[in-house]
Amino acid sequence: MVKKIYSIMGDTNLFTQTIPLEYFIILSSVLFCLGVLGVLIRKNAIIILGCVELMLNSVNLMLAAFSSYKGDGNGQILVFFIMVVAAAEVAVGLAIIAMMFRNTKSVDVSIFNKLRG
Amino acid sequence: MEQIIFFFIAFLAVGSAFFFIFGKNPIYAILSLIVTFFSIAALYILLNAQFLGIVQIIVYAGAIMVLFLYILMMLNLNKSDESKKQNVMKFLGVFTAGLLLVGILGAFRGIKMGTVAVSTEAGVGLTKNLGKLLFNEYVLPFELASILILAGIVGAVLIGKKDL
Repeated sequence: MVKKIYSIMGDTNLFTQTIPLEYFIILSSVLFCLGVLGVLIRKNAIIILGCVELMLNSVNLMLAAFSSYKGDGNGQILVFFIMVVAAAEVAVGLAIIAMMFRNTKSVDVSIFNKLRG
Repeated sequence: MEQIIFFFIAFLAVGSAFFFIFGKNPIYAILSLIVTFFSIAALYILLNAQFLGIVQIIVYAGAIMVLFLYILMMLNLNKSDESKKQNVMKFLGVFTAGLLLVGILGAFRGIKMGTVAVSTEAGVGLTKNLGKLLFNEYVLPFELASILILAGIVGAVLIGKKDL
Protein backbone atom coordinates (compact mmCIF):
# COMPACT_ATOMS: atom_id res chain seq x y z
CA MET A 1 0.00 0.00 0.00
CA VAL A 2 2.70 2.47 1.02
CA LYS A 3 4.83 1.38 -1.89
CA LYS A 4 1.86 1.83 -4.21
CA ILE A 5 1.20 5.37 -2.99
CA TYR A 6 4.90 6.14 -3.29
CA SER A 7 4.82 4.98 -6.87
CA ILE A 8 1.89 7.33 -7.55
CA MET A 9 3.88 10.25 -6.18
CA GLY A 10 7.21 9.11 -7.55
CA ASP A 11 9.19 9.76 -10.67
CA THR A 12 6.88 8.33 -13.30
CA ASN A 13 3.53 9.47 -11.84
CA LEU A 14 1.35 6.40 -12.32
CA PHE A 15 -1.70 8.53 -11.63
CA THR A 16 -1.64 10.30 -14.99
CA GLN A 17 -0.87 6.97 -16.66
CA THR A 18 -3.91 5.15 -15.30
CA ILE A 19 -6.54 7.90 -15.05
CA PRO A 20 -7.64 9.17 -18.47
CA LEU A 21 -7.69 12.92 -19.02
CA GLU A 22 -11.40 12.69 -19.83
CA TYR A 23 -12.21 12.04 -16.17
CA PHE A 24 -10.73 15.38 -15.21
CA ILE A 25 -12.59 17.13 -18.03
CA ILE A 26 -15.90 15.63 -16.91
CA LEU A 27 -15.27 16.44 -13.23
CA SER A 28 -14.36 20.06 -13.87
CA SER A 29 -17.29 20.50 -16.31
CA VAL A 30 -19.66 19.22 -13.63
CA LEU A 31 -18.17 21.55 -11.02
CA PHE A 32 -18.37 24.51 -13.42
CA CYS A 33 -22.03 23.80 -14.18
CA LEU A 34 -22.78 23.49 -10.46
CA GLY A 35 -21.27 26.98 -10.05
CA VAL A 36 -23.46 28.33 -12.85
CA LEU A 37 -26.51 26.65 -11.28
CA GLY A 38 -25.74 28.26 -7.93
CA VAL A 39 -25.44 31.71 -9.47
CA LEU A 40 -28.77 31.21 -11.24
CA ILE A 41 -30.91 29.87 -8.40
CA ARG A 42 -29.56 31.50 -5.23
CA LYS A 43 -30.29 35.00 -4.01
CA ASN A 44 -27.79 35.34 -1.16
CA ALA A 45 -24.97 37.55 -2.46
CA ILE A 46 -22.27 35.78 -0.41
CA ILE A 47 -23.29 32.38 -1.79
CA ILE A 48 -23.25 33.80 -5.32
CA LEU A 49 -19.69 35.05 -4.79
CA GLY A 50 -18.76 31.58 -3.53
CA CYS A 51 -20.27 30.06 -6.67
CA VAL A 52 -18.03 32.29 -8.79
CA GLU A 53 -15.08 30.96 -6.77
CA LEU A 54 -16.26 27.41 -7.48
CA MET A 55 -16.30 28.13 -11.22
CA LEU A 56 -12.79 29.61 -11.07
CA ASN A 57 -11.59 26.53 -9.22
CA SER A 58 -13.06 24.13 -11.75
CA VAL A 59 -11.28 25.98 -14.55
CA ASN A 60 -8.06 25.88 -12.51
CA LEU A 61 -8.44 22.13 -12.10
CA MET A 62 -8.82 21.61 -15.83
CA LEU A 63 -5.81 23.83 -16.61
CA ALA A 64 -3.66 21.97 -14.08
CA ALA A 65 -4.80 18.60 -15.46
CA PHE A 66 -3.94 19.56 -19.06
CA SER A 67 -0.61 21.00 -17.93
CA SER A 68 0.28 17.92 -15.94
CA TYR A 69 -0.72 15.49 -18.68
CA LYS A 70 1.24 17.40 -21.30
CA GLY A 71 4.29 17.90 -19.08
CA ASP A 72 4.28 21.67 -19.60
CA GLY A 73 4.60 24.07 -16.67
CA ASN A 74 3.05 27.13 -18.31
CA GLY A 75 -0.50 26.04 -17.49
CA GLN A 76 0.30 25.82 -13.79
CA ILE A 77 1.75 29.35 -13.86
CA LEU A 78 -1.56 30.50 -15.36
CA VAL A 79 -3.43 28.75 -12.52
CA PHE A 80 -1.22 30.62 -10.05
CA PHE A 81 -2.10 33.98 -11.62
CA ILE A 82 -5.81 33.09 -11.64
CA MET A 83 -5.53 32.46 -7.89
CA VAL A 84 -3.92 35.89 -7.40
CA VAL A 85 -6.71 37.62 -9.32
CA ALA A 86 -9.36 35.61 -7.43
CA ALA A 87 -7.93 36.73 -4.09
CA ALA A 88 -8.12 40.40 -5.09
CA GLU A 89 -11.61 39.89 -6.49
CA VAL A 90 -12.89 38.33 -3.29
CA ALA A 91 -11.49 41.14 -1.15
CA VAL A 92 -13.28 43.80 -3.21
CA GLY A 93 -16.46 41.74 -3.60
CA LEU A 94 -16.83 41.07 0.10
CA ALA A 95 -16.25 44.78 0.82
CA ILE A 96 -19.08 45.59 -1.59
CA ILE A 97 -21.33 43.02 0.12
CA ALA A 98 -20.54 44.44 3.57
CA MET A 99 -21.34 47.94 2.27
CA MET A 100 -24.61 46.67 0.80
CA PHE A 101 -25.54 45.05 4.10
CA ARG A 102 -24.78 48.26 5.98
CA ASN A 103 -27.11 50.26 3.75
CA THR A 104 -30.00 47.83 3.38
CA LYS A 105 -29.69 45.32 6.28
CA SER A 106 -29.86 42.43 3.83
CA VAL A 107 -27.61 40.55 1.41
CA ASP A 108 -30.44 39.65 -0.94
CA VAL A 109 -29.50 40.46 -4.52
CA SER A 110 -33.11 41.13 -5.51
CA ILE A 111 -32.93 44.53 -3.82
CA PHE A 112 -30.58 45.54 -6.61
CA ASN A 113 -33.72 45.80 -8.73
CA LYS A 114 -33.90 49.35 -7.44
CA LEU A 115 -30.75 50.15 -9.36
CA ARG A 116 -32.46 50.05 -12.71
CA GLY A 117 -32.26 53.47 -14.26
CA MET B 1 -6.26 1.69 -6.82
CA GLU B 2 -5.75 5.03 -8.53
CA GLN B 3 -9.28 4.89 -9.90
CA ILE B 4 -10.69 4.31 -6.41
CA ILE B 5 -8.77 7.30 -5.04
CA PHE B 6 -9.87 9.50 -7.95
CA PHE B 7 -13.54 8.53 -7.68
CA PHE B 8 -13.56 9.00 -3.91
CA ILE B 9 -12.11 12.52 -4.18
CA ALA B 10 -14.33 13.44 -7.13
CA PHE B 11 -17.42 12.24 -5.28
CA LEU B 12 -16.39 14.27 -2.23
CA ALA B 13 -15.89 17.39 -4.36
CA VAL B 14 -19.17 17.11 -6.27
CA GLY B 15 -21.18 16.13 -3.18
CA SER B 16 -19.95 19.02 -1.08
CA ALA B 17 -20.49 21.40 -4.02
CA PHE B 18 -24.10 20.16 -4.16
CA PHE B 19 -24.50 20.77 -0.45
CA PHE B 20 -22.97 24.22 -0.89
CA ILE B 21 -25.54 25.19 -3.49
CA PHE B 22 -28.63 23.66 -1.91
CA GLY B 23 -27.79 24.10 1.77
CA LYS B 24 -30.09 26.43 3.68
CA ASN B 25 -27.69 27.66 6.37
CA PRO B 26 -24.99 29.91 4.81
CA ILE B 27 -22.33 28.93 7.39
CA TYR B 28 -22.67 25.20 6.63
CA ALA B 29 -22.71 26.00 2.91
CA ILE B 30 -19.40 27.88 3.11
CA LEU B 31 -17.89 25.10 5.26
CA SER B 32 -18.80 22.52 2.63
CA LEU B 33 -17.24 24.76 -0.05
CA ILE B 34 -14.01 24.50 1.98
CA VAL B 35 -14.29 20.69 1.69
CA THR B 36 -14.59 21.08 -2.09
CA PHE B 37 -11.46 23.22 -2.19
CA PHE B 38 -9.53 20.72 -0.08
CA SER B 39 -10.49 17.88 -2.40
CA ILE B 40 -9.39 19.95 -5.40
CA ALA B 41 -6.06 20.47 -3.60
CA ALA B 42 -5.82 16.68 -3.17
CA LEU B 43 -6.37 16.27 -6.91
CA TYR B 44 -3.57 18.77 -7.60
CA ILE B 45 -1.22 16.77 -5.41
CA LEU B 46 -2.21 13.54 -7.17
CA LEU B 47 -1.47 15.26 -10.49
CA ASN B 48 2.05 15.92 -9.17
CA ALA B 49 1.38 19.66 -8.99
CA GLN B 50 2.50 19.93 -5.38
CA PHE B 51 3.09 23.68 -5.50
CA LEU B 52 -0.46 24.32 -6.70
CA GLY B 53 -1.86 21.99 -4.05
CA ILE B 54 -0.13 23.83 -1.25
CA VAL B 55 -1.07 27.24 -2.70
CA GLN B 56 -4.67 26.05 -3.01
CA ILE B 57 -4.74 25.09 0.67
CA ILE B 58 -3.00 28.28 1.85
CA VAL B 59 -4.76 30.82 -0.37
CA TYR B 60 -8.21 29.35 -0.95
CA ALA B 61 -8.97 27.24 2.10
CA GLY B 62 -6.81 29.35 4.40
CA ALA B 63 -7.37 32.94 3.35
CA ILE B 64 -10.31 33.38 1.01
CA MET B 65 -12.76 31.06 2.75
CA VAL B 66 -11.81 32.41 6.19
CA LEU B 67 -12.61 35.88 4.81
CA PHE B 68 -15.99 34.53 3.66
CA LEU B 69 -16.70 33.02 7.08
CA TYR B 70 -15.59 36.20 8.82
CA ILE B 71 -17.92 38.38 6.74
CA LEU B 72 -20.75 35.87 7.19
CA MET B 73 -20.35 35.88 10.98
CA MET B 74 -19.96 39.66 11.07
CA LEU B 75 -23.19 40.19 9.16
CA ASN B 76 -25.04 37.68 11.39
CA LEU B 77 -27.55 36.46 8.83
CA ASN B 78 -30.67 34.58 9.76
CA LYS B 79 -31.79 31.45 8.01
CA SER B 80 -34.96 33.06 6.74
CA ASP B 81 -33.12 36.05 5.36
CA GLU B 82 -33.10 34.80 1.80
CA SER B 83 -36.25 35.51 -0.14
CA LYS B 84 -37.63 32.63 -2.12
CA LYS B 85 -37.29 32.48 -5.84
CA GLN B 86 -40.24 31.22 -7.80
CA ASN B 87 -40.18 27.56 -8.69
CA VAL B 88 -40.40 28.36 -12.39
CA MET B 89 -37.20 30.37 -12.17
CA LYS B 90 -35.49 27.56 -10.24
CA PHE B 91 -36.53 25.04 -12.84
CA LEU B 92 -35.28 27.31 -15.61
CA GLY B 93 -31.96 27.69 -13.79
CA VAL B 94 -31.52 23.92 -13.45
CA PHE B 95 -32.51 23.46 -17.09
CA THR B 96 -30.01 26.08 -18.27
CA ALA B 97 -27.16 24.65 -16.21
CA GLY B 98 -27.90 21.13 -17.49
CA LEU B 99 -27.97 22.41 -21.06
CA LEU B 100 -24.60 24.09 -20.50
CA LEU B 101 -23.16 20.83 -19.13
CA VAL B 102 -24.41 18.90 -22.15
CA GLY B 103 -22.99 21.57 -24.44
CA ILE B 104 -19.55 21.56 -22.83
CA LEU B 105 -19.29 17.77 -22.76
CA GLY B 106 -20.49 17.58 -26.37
CA ALA B 107 -17.84 20.08 -27.40
CA PHE B 108 -15.14 18.06 -25.64
CA ARG B 109 -16.27 14.84 -27.27
CA GLY B 110 -15.24 16.21 -30.64
CA ILE B 111 -11.60 16.60 -29.61
CA LYS B 112 -9.32 13.75 -30.55
CA MET B 113 -7.62 13.03 -27.25
CA GLY B 114 -5.48 10.20 -28.56
CA THR B 115 -3.29 12.52 -30.58
CA VAL B 116 -1.70 14.09 -27.49
CA ALA B 117 0.77 11.71 -25.89
CA VAL B 118 0.65 11.56 -22.10
CA SER B 119 3.90 12.91 -20.76
CA THR B 120 5.86 10.65 -18.43
CA GLU B 121 7.76 13.61 -17.03
CA ALA B 122 6.68 14.02 -13.42
CA GLY B 123 8.72 16.96 -12.14
CA VAL B 124 6.80 19.76 -13.88
CA GLY B 125 4.73 20.87 -10.92
CA LEU B 126 7.52 20.95 -8.36
CA THR B 127 8.29 24.30 -6.77
CA LYS B 128 11.82 24.36 -8.18
CA ASN B 129 10.73 24.05 -11.81
CA LEU B 130 7.75 26.36 -11.47
CA GLY B 131 9.93 28.95 -9.74
CA LYS B 132 12.43 28.87 -12.57
CA LEU B 133 9.61 29.41 -15.04
CA LEU B 134 7.96 32.12 -12.94
CA PHE B 135 11.09 34.19 -12.44
CA ASN B 136 12.44 33.84 -15.96
CA GLU B 137 9.57 34.07 -18.40
CA TYR B 138 6.83 35.47 -16.21
CA VAL B 139 8.63 38.13 -14.19
CA LEU B 140 6.64 41.04 -15.63
CA PRO B 141 3.18 39.50 -14.94
CA PHE B 142 4.41 38.54 -11.48
CA GLU B 143 5.32 42.14 -10.70
CA LEU B 144 2.09 43.44 -12.24
CA ALA B 145 0.18 41.06 -9.97
CA SER B 146 1.58 42.93 -6.99
CA ILE B 147 0.14 46.19 -8.36
CA LEU B 148 -3.21 44.41 -8.82
CA ILE B 149 -3.14 43.20 -5.21
CA LEU B 150 -2.27 46.73 -4.02
CA ALA B 151 -5.19 48.16 -6.01
CA GLY B 152 -7.42 45.47 -4.51
CA ILE B 153 -6.38 46.38 -0.96
CA VAL B 154 -6.94 50.11 -1.56
CA GLY B 155 -10.29 49.42 -3.23
CA ALA B 156 -11.49 47.17 -0.41
CA VAL B 157 -10.58 49.76 2.25
CA LEU B 158 -12.12 52.57 0.21
CA ILE B 159 -15.40 50.71 -0.32
CA GLY B 160 -15.58 49.26 3.17
CA LYS B 161 -14.95 52.46 5.09
CA LYS B 162 -18.08 54.11 6.38
CA ASP B 163 -17.44 57.75 5.62
CA LEU B 164 -14.45 58.84 3.62
